[in-house]
Amino acid sequence: MSAVIESHDDHHHGPAKGLTRWLFTTNHKDIGTLYLWFSFAMFLIGGAMALVIRAELFQPGMQIVEPEFYNQMLTLHGLIMVFGAVMPAFVGLANWLVPMMVGAPDMALPRMNNLSFWILPFAFLMMLSSLFMEGGAPNFGWTFYAPLSTTYAPPSVTFFIFSVHILGASSIMGAINVIVTIMNMRAPGMTLMKMPLFVWSWLITAYLLIAVMPVLAGAVTMMLMDIHFGTSFFNAAGGGDPVLFQHIFWFFGHPEVYIMILPAFGIVSHIISTFSRKELFGYSSMVWAMVSIAILSFVVWAHHMFTVGMPLAAELFFMWATMLIAVPTGVKVFNWVATMFRGSITYETPMLFAIAFVVLFTIGGFSGLMLAITPADFQYHDTYFVVAHFHYVLVPGAIFSIMAAVYYWLPKWCGNMYDERLGRLHFWLSFIGVNVTFFPQHFIGLAGMPRRIPDYALQFADWNMVSTVGAFLFGASQILFLFIVVRTVMGGKKATPEVWEGAQGLEWTVDSPPPYHTFSTPPEVK
Amino acid sequence: MSTYEKYYVPEQSRFPIYAATSLFILVMGAASTINAMGQPDSMAKYMLYAGLASFGATLFFWFRKVVQEHLAGLDSAQLNQSFVYGMAWFIFSEVMFFAAFFGALFYVRTFSVPWLGGEGEKGLANMLWENFQSTWPLLTTPDLGAAYTVPEKSMAFPGWDKILTWLPLWNTVVLLSSSVTVHMAHVNLKAANKNKFNIWLGVTVSLAIFFVFLQALEYYEAYEHYGLTLNSGIYGSTFFMLTGFHGFHVMMGGLMLSVMLIRSVFYNHFKPDPHEHFGFEAASWYWHFVDVVWVMLFMFVYIL
Repeated sequence: MSAVIESHDDHHHGPAKGLTRWLFTTNHKDIGTLYLWFSFAMFLIGGAMALVIRAELFQPGMQIVEPEFYNQMLTLHGLIMVFGAVMPAFVGLANWLVPMMVGAPDMALPRMNNLSFWILPFAFLMMLSSLFMEGGAPNFGWTFYAPLSTTYAPPSVTFFIFSVHILGASSIMGAINVIVTIMNMRAPGMTLMKMPLFVWSWLITAYLLIAVMPVLAGAVTMMLMDIHFGTSFFNAAGGGDPVLFQHIFWFFGHPEVYIMILPAFGIVSHIISTFSRKELFGYSSMVWAMVSIAILSFVVWAHHMFTVGMPLAAELFFMWATMLIAVPTGVKVFNWVATMFRGSITYETPMLFAIAFVVLFTIGGFSGLMLAITPADFQYHDTYFVVAHFHYVLVPGAIFSIMAAVYYWLPKWCGNMYDERLGRLHFWLSFIGVNVTFFPQHFIGLAGMPRRIPDYALQFADWNMVSTVGAFLFGASQILFLFIVVRTVMGGKKATPEVWEGAQGLEWTVDSPPPYHTFSTPPEVK
Repeated sequence: MSTYEKYYVPEQSRFPIYAATSLFILVMGAASTINAMGQPDSMAKYMLYAGLASFGATLFFWFRKVVQEHLAGLDSAQLNQSFVYGMAWFIFSEVMFFAAFFGALFYVRTFSVPWLGGEGEKGLANMLWENFQSTWPLLTTPDLGAAYTVPEKSMAFPGWDKILTWLPLWNTVVLLSSSVTVHMAHVNLKAANKNKFNIWLGVTVSLAIFFVFLQALEYYEAYEHYGLTLNSGIYGSTFFMLTGFHGFHVMMGGLMLSVMLIRSVFYNHFKPDPHEHFGFEAASWYWHFVDVVWVMLFMFVYIL
């Protein structure tokens, strides 16, 4: 029915030429590529900030930066990695993969798709420009707790607030697009329980995004009003409560951490199944585990706030609810292991990253369980143990899964195989770097080193030095990643349509690279 | 060569990049304007105006293009269904936005204000301001510094004898009626009764305008006669933010319905087939959503 692309206008069937291809595009593959490159650029910028932090912490005493600038670095590092690197990378993967996996020609709402992307560079331009403003960039940590972010914030907080607003708008539009694509664009015969797990994971993620990004918008709006228009939401002198900020923020923030891990679950399920040459063990339990995790994510938020002075009943409720999440998460880990059990496993780079994900994410999960125990958390709260915990779930968790996905699907996207030896080298350097960086942080955290501080007592010096060495190793090995990806895009051994022996799914039935509009007529799914 | 018999795939479009750019100008202008509030000669507000104008214009031409494509038959039933799902999820996101503010209201009423007044498990907070007593509506503030304006009375239910002069009641009547009238418009549209559709829709838009007028009147009374302002502590904060965002959504919904009215009266858009009037239906969904939010407001902000 659609003749928006005029039938005689043949050149429109491929990509347009030049810069306008990227500015005006409505193609899910182009937009996915934009998202992925943007996220990689943000990953390098946020990573450079992390290296400033680690360089300062190489030795005790003030070395390189002022404490004020250190605070700005750790704030922007967190914000950029969460909103600029991990989330856009997953949206980029969703753009590339969801339409191909469900047998659609494109996303459901292609123009809004492009708007969702192009908001991001502007939002981060705005956020990063605050570095050059009077009073400096936001310096209150990525969680921007009131009153640090209201009463004591630099003037640039206003720009931060509006930047978060448009980031949220971008995420909501992106999530609506994904959800509508999945609900409305599936090929005939693809029932919900036949959907690939990556699609399932994104359906749930999109739901979480639409549910919590508006709550974040509400939180920053209340901040804006408190700062500039005299309201008292987070000010006890007027009857409000700074703790209210934490409740609203973490009501957003806890689903947000699952937004950053559920798509990883989907990716890893695909890769482990392919390289074990077995069907995924327990498909439906995988789906229900993700649904359970998503539902539970709405009733655990206050485990971030055990030491803030909540009533005992709340502490107990949030402790038990949090521990409950270990059950569906455990189901997933056991299913991945069971999938590998007696499989014909080969260890190509995506599989290496996926196995590392299972092991290291589980370590992060276990330290999460430790933190969930309220009385124990009073000891761990705001120490480097927390930093170690969430970096284990985010770096060898979310980011390893993104790298695994890139190695796994890059031959499909560009039609060329990457260099397997370089890929494995990148994996091992990253694997060693990540563990050398973050494992020692468990020790210094348990020994009592507080997070978000540019200087520390002498007894923490050795492990901090080790951690910094690891961080620079991990950072440097990402330059290798950039090199591998660029080289693969430029050329290399041609990939077959299947790419991997044993890969399942519609995306492997089309050429590598796939046509600009993958499916012009819906494929039949049996 | 591919044929596009089954799917809607639009050509390249300039709208998204224009929308993103103008949105950027808008928020940069808004942040600069707010930061420069003490300086009346600041130029920042012109950036805000430019952003508003360009963003509004982009949306206008973008929506116009979507309508034109539909009238030319270039879209598909599947795309129409995508719009249906998309609107539903958008409204869900709006529900969650209001949930944040209602959550704040319930939290301060249930926890923080009683605690500050010495009640409950964390009543220790009363040590901060020992003379403070917890009430709701809270017409005082724990700290009675000059930062706060103390209101004389609240917007709560004034008692049965004064009920007829109580504006929120009339607001409720107006908005609930408008939900009925927009539904009547829809019924008549489906019955191919275009004239009645236009009339009912016109009545709905009038009620929307009337509601905004009443709300403005209420704000005027609050500021001028009650001394209730944004600076009146947490009661004023929650009252104005909840009713203010609701009022803003009424204006947005009213704008949507007005556009539908203009499209129907001057351009004879919309036909009885559900696929031929989703623009109107989406606006009416939004209107019902705004109505439900008001019912919640009426319950939890005004009565209880």
